[in-house]
Amino acid sequence: MSQAPGKPAADIYNFGFLDEYAKKEVRRAILKAIAIPGYQVPYASREMPMGRGYGTGGLQLTLSLVGPGEVVKVIDQGSDDSVNAVSMREFIEMTCPGTTTTTVTAEASLIQSRHRIPELPLTSEQVLVLQVPYSDPLVEIEAYEAKRKTMHGEGDYSRLLVKLYEDIVKFDEITISNRYPTRINGHYVIDPSPIPRWDVPKLNQSQALILFGAGREKKIYAVPPHTPTEPLAFSDVPFRVEDFRQADGSRRPCARCGARDSFLDEFISDSGATVHQCSDSDWCQARLEGSEA
Amino acid sequence: MNKILEVRDLSKLYGPGCPQCLELTGPQADTNLCPSCGTVVAMHGVSFDLHEGEILGVMGESGSGKSTVVKSLCFDLAPSSGSAVFYDGAEPFDLFSLNAAKQRWLRNHRFGTVYQDPRQGLNFNITAGGNIAERLLMSDVADYGAIRMRAKELLARMEVLLSRVDDLPRNFSGGMRQRVQIAKALATRPPLLFLDEVTSGLDLSVQARILDLILEIQQELKTAMVVITHDLGVIRLLTDRALVMKYGRIIESGLTDQILEDPQHAFTQRLVASAL
Repeated sequence: MSQAPGKPAADIYNFGFLDEYAKKEVRRAILKAIAIPGYQVPYASREMPMGRGYGTGGLQLTLSLVGPGEVVKVIDQGSDDSVNAVSMREFIEMTCPGTTTTTVTAEASLIQSRHRIPELPLTSEQVLVLQVPYSDPLVEIEAYEAKRKTMHGEGDYSRLLVKLYEDIVKFDEITISNRYPTRINGHYVIDPSPIPRWDVPKLNQSQALILFGAGREKKIYAVPPHTPTEPLAFSDVPFRVEDFRQADGSRRPCARCGARDSFLDEFISDSGATVHQCSDSDWCQARLEGSEA
Repeated sequence: MNKILEVRDLSKLYGPGCPQCLELTGPQADTNLCPSCGTVVAMHGVSFDLHEGEILGVMGESGSGKSTVVKSLCFDLAPSSGSAVFYDGAEPFDLFSLNAAKQRWLRNHRFGTVYQDPRQGLNFNITAGGNIAERLLMSDVADYGAIRMRAKELLARMEVLLSRVDDLPRNFSGGMRQRVQIAKALATRPPLLFLDEVTSGLDLSVQARILDLILEIQQELKTAMVVITHDLGVIRLLTDRALVMKYGRIIESGLTDQILEDPQHAFTQRLVASAL
């Protein structure tokens, strides 16, 4: 982003980029979302200096919550080093004077993430903001929003369960790999953003406040701290996370830090071999540094 | 026998309505379109009782208002006036004063509806078993094995091959779709079933088998049924009592045999005569 010559960014932009009225509206929506766990609160999603789909919903939440002294971390699919994460960190640094950014999960007070929840358990001092492409889990089975609202209101998720039934019929297991529909506080079912199944249990009784922002869909929803959450499943076909089993039945380790208790990304190395490595780059680095020390 | 449904003075008007509407329409006026204000009197003054395990037939020509009666009772249409009380055991439900959520609950749990067009009753994008599962999941059954077993049981009862349980209904024949629809409607063992022209458009042998199945189900489960049809054969085979409708009004009611053997109203006489 270009800057007017001779003028610091603080003089060009309002703190947090958004105007005060916009931030106030987003904060009110956040309060309502916390008061009704899992309920999708509509809000007037603003135009941001990036395209819809690049995390505008999450960024609006972050910019509405951030204040001087805040330590912000931005994660993109577990990594702090992707172009998106780096650009967002720079944008926050530029438009929020007094805030600092970090790549260390434990140091951050506000974490904006795309598609992952950090492996390190979050604390009650932290807020996690997740970027959401599709806010409504019912959108795949019901095209009309008015009908979806009625279904949410009445807690009628039978058609979502039929999808799981059909999965088991076809594949002998539930094959949803991400965006796993999850019931919050016994009522509303949310789309927990495209986090893998591995991360879904982390929503349950989380110490940290977890906020979901969908910029394109103009919805905000929340999983408040210490809220029970439960992935949809059948009583005799329970929910399960990825097991990363190898052919010999053992759990695949991270090629870099050797962890056997983290979510792994699979990629092809320069030599053409398939490599599995921790998706959470900070977690992986911390384990490496810990083992070296 | 205990009463399960009590319908009183059910009316449905499409249009602004005027003081002359009811006088200027009906079988005597030979129209249900009010010449004064253009209102269509789709149904007026419909009253009947239905008892547990009883099958009531509603017959009449196209546009006589028989489907309007069923659509009102299963909450697809809001009637203009009248009342209907559904007795679920000892508990009465005043159907039209319930809130929308309670109405949907009744429709999903306590009523079953089988439509003429299976597309209305079935989701063609999910399997036959999935359609039945949907209805069971609405009733908070959360055990996959139990759902699967019940779906297979119902489909077997309706003579659908178990090898087709995981096929999409769009690949089924018309008769098979209707049988899956009936299986779906019966999934929650509802005490009241509405059948709206279920055999129309099917060939005679398929019609006969479906009617036999409906009778067998009624004798097994003692389900009360309201059968809408313009086919006197269906009325004769299935129903104990029948109502004849014309231009939105009931013109004759009584025991089915009595109506078919000794029709009193000129229209019913013509209807019976034309079917013989």
